[in-house]
Amino acid sequence: MNFLYDILLDHTLITVGLGSAIFGIISGVLGTYAVLRKQSLIGDAVSHAALPGICIIFLITGTKETSLFLIGALISGIIASSVIMYITNVSKIKYDSSLGMVLSVFFGLGLVLLTYIQKIPNANQAGLERFLFGQASTLLKFDVKIMAIVGLLVVFITSLLWKEFKLLCFNSEFGASLGFPIKKLDFLLTGLLVVSIVMGLQTVGVILMSSMIIAPAVAARQWTDKLWLMMILSALFGSISGITGTLISFFVPKMPTGPIIVVVMSAITFISILFAPNRGTIWKIIRDRKNEENINNYVLLAEDRK
Amino acid sequence: MTTAQVEILVIGILTAASCALVGSFLILRKMAMMSDAIGHTILLGIVIAFFITQDLSSPLLIIGAAFTGVITVFLVEMLQKTNLVSEDSSIGIIFPFLFSIGIIMISMYAGSVHLDVDAVLLGELAFAPFDRFIVNGVDLGAKSLYVMGVVFLIDLIYIILFYKELKIVTFDASLAAVMGISPVIIHYSLMSLVSITAVGAFNAVGTILVVALIVVPPTTAYFLMEDLRSMILWSVIFGILSGILGIFMAFYLDVSIAGSISVMTGVIFAIVFIFSPKKGLLTIIQRRRNQKYEFAELSLLIHLFNHEDTDREEIELNPQNIIEHFKWNKKFLKAVLEQLIKDGYVEFEKDLLKINKKGMEYLKTNSIYNINDNKTCCN
Repeated sequence: MNFLYDILLDHTLITVGLGSAIFGIISGVLGTYAVLRKQSLIGDAVSHAALPGICIIFLITGTKETSLFLIGALISGIIASSVIMYITNVSKIKYDSSLGMVLSVFFGLGLVLLTYIQKIPNANQAGLERFLFGQASTLLKFDVKIMAIVGLLVVFITSLLWKEFKLLCFNSEFGASLGFPIKKLDFLLTGLLVVSIVMGLQTVGVILMSSMIIAPAVAARQWTDKLWLMMILSALFGSISGITGTLISFFVPKMPTGPIIVVVMSAITFISILFAPNRGTIWKIIRDRKNEENINNYVLLAEDRK
Repeated sequence: MTTAQVEILVIGILTAASCALVGSFLILRKMAMMSDAIGHTILLGIVIAFFITQDLSSPLLIIGAAFTGVITVFLVEMLQKTNLVSEDSSIGIIFPFLFSIGIIMISMYAGSVHLDVDAVLLGELAFAPFDRFIVNGVDLGAKSLYVMGVVFLIDLIYIILFYKELKIVTFDASLAAVMGISPVIIHYSLMSLVSITAVGAFNAVGTILVVALIVVPPTTAYFLMEDLRSMILWSVIFGILSGILGIFMAFYLDVSIAGSISVMTGVIFAIVFIFSPKKGLLTIIQRRRNQKYEFAELSLLIHLFNHEDTDREEIELNPQNIIEHFKWNKKFLKAVLEQLIKDGYVEFEKDLLKINKKGMEYLKTNSIYNINDNKTCCN
């Protein structure tokens, strides 16, 4: 019983667990769209691109206010995703190349600014470590509140624009021909994704961000063919791995939170790919074997007839 | 310049050139993001090899790391082959997973390991000259110099020897298979080289910015060039150029060398992308504008020709109505008309616009529809 009390009463654990869970829901919902639209790796690019924004905000204001950093990250994230879209739209350069370019160049710029900042007196490390790997344990009540607000906003907008976003994902040309403002919807959805990525930087950090966007949606995809169910499952998987990861890192000494969340999430994904009914790999093997047997039986019967 | 600075410059140039060589094929095969994945997962290889050897400069580290790079490619492809996950999603699942395991291993055994994650990820070329290659007490130069030199030579020899095979496999894998060239062998040998290059370069530029050198210069060359040979050549040139400029900028501003090299690759791309005389953004915008006006002029001439000498002449040839019928705005019509009058294709007769002889000639030579036929329009 003592053990349970420990969990229930530990303030940090509750804050961190709640934060990770809410972030899991947000990334699960928006990741569903990203994966279905084959833009999975945008999370990777946008999260790297947030660094110069954070540095510039620090250079201008000189404060380490988290909410200001978020705004800076948001602006450079939106610029990055627009540049990626623009380059692929106007030239023959492919999506993956422009993604890789924007990712590395923006991050390089961030690194240059960061080393520049470190030379300024009184400006000790602006927390690069934290940016790279995230430090869920430093989440404050305030951060969790912001996350909750963003989460509610995301859920509200997706349910309000459910039909429009669905059309955007599966047949945007048809949507445009019906007169829906597809470009604006695209911008809105990408914007929401950028917001959620920036939120998640504190929890899992830049490098592991792409996993939190992709893995829950891919896992959920294996269990269902319906968009709404996929989204609910994806949010569920995201938050379950958030909570589980937080608990593991709480009980195992020296265990970093972000990476263990990603490992748990990956495990859920691998299990889904192997065992999900109908789509799963093992089901497929069993089905193939049954089909083969059936065919063999038919052949035998046909030969009996002769 | 000091000796250390010269050494940094040479290491930077060798790294940039090797990355550009393998990068060219990577982006043609639409696998740009694979470099990102490999760049991250070699951390796991370095960590595991380090646990075994306990020595950061052991060659086993490089082999182990390169091996994890190849395993990453293999796992991504295995996931993709289930047909349950798309290519980019499988990259995005596998590499954070392997990377997380690497980070967890480092954090759990942080006390006993002198492995700086930041150094692996971000690299610091400025420290490269401190790690000397000493044989029998004789200082032969920085170690990275030799590592990158060997990596560059391997890349160069591989691409010269297997140029034809690489080309066929990249552009037509089925044809290659028919001709008896195994796409699988070529693919995995290329991926091994990418891993070796990334591992060699992590010392110099760090694993995240290896992506900049592998992706950006070849993409710039791809944007500009039409054939493979000149694309490879130019990507090496762009790579070396950004290496040199980046290093000088870093010396001048006293900032991260790796960061400023990747900023330079981006700057060179932006310049080429915007100002290239044939394909640049400015040229494209100008061309689209011209096309728009040309088309408008032609449409207006056809319209005038169709309605001249008909009962609706009074209505259709009036500029006021043209604005309405074409749904153009006043400014646009004015611009089009000015051009047409300047070229001497139309003139005003009282309030009505009339096409003249010169305009008819122009219409006949430039219009796709046959002007000699009867007028085709409504009445």
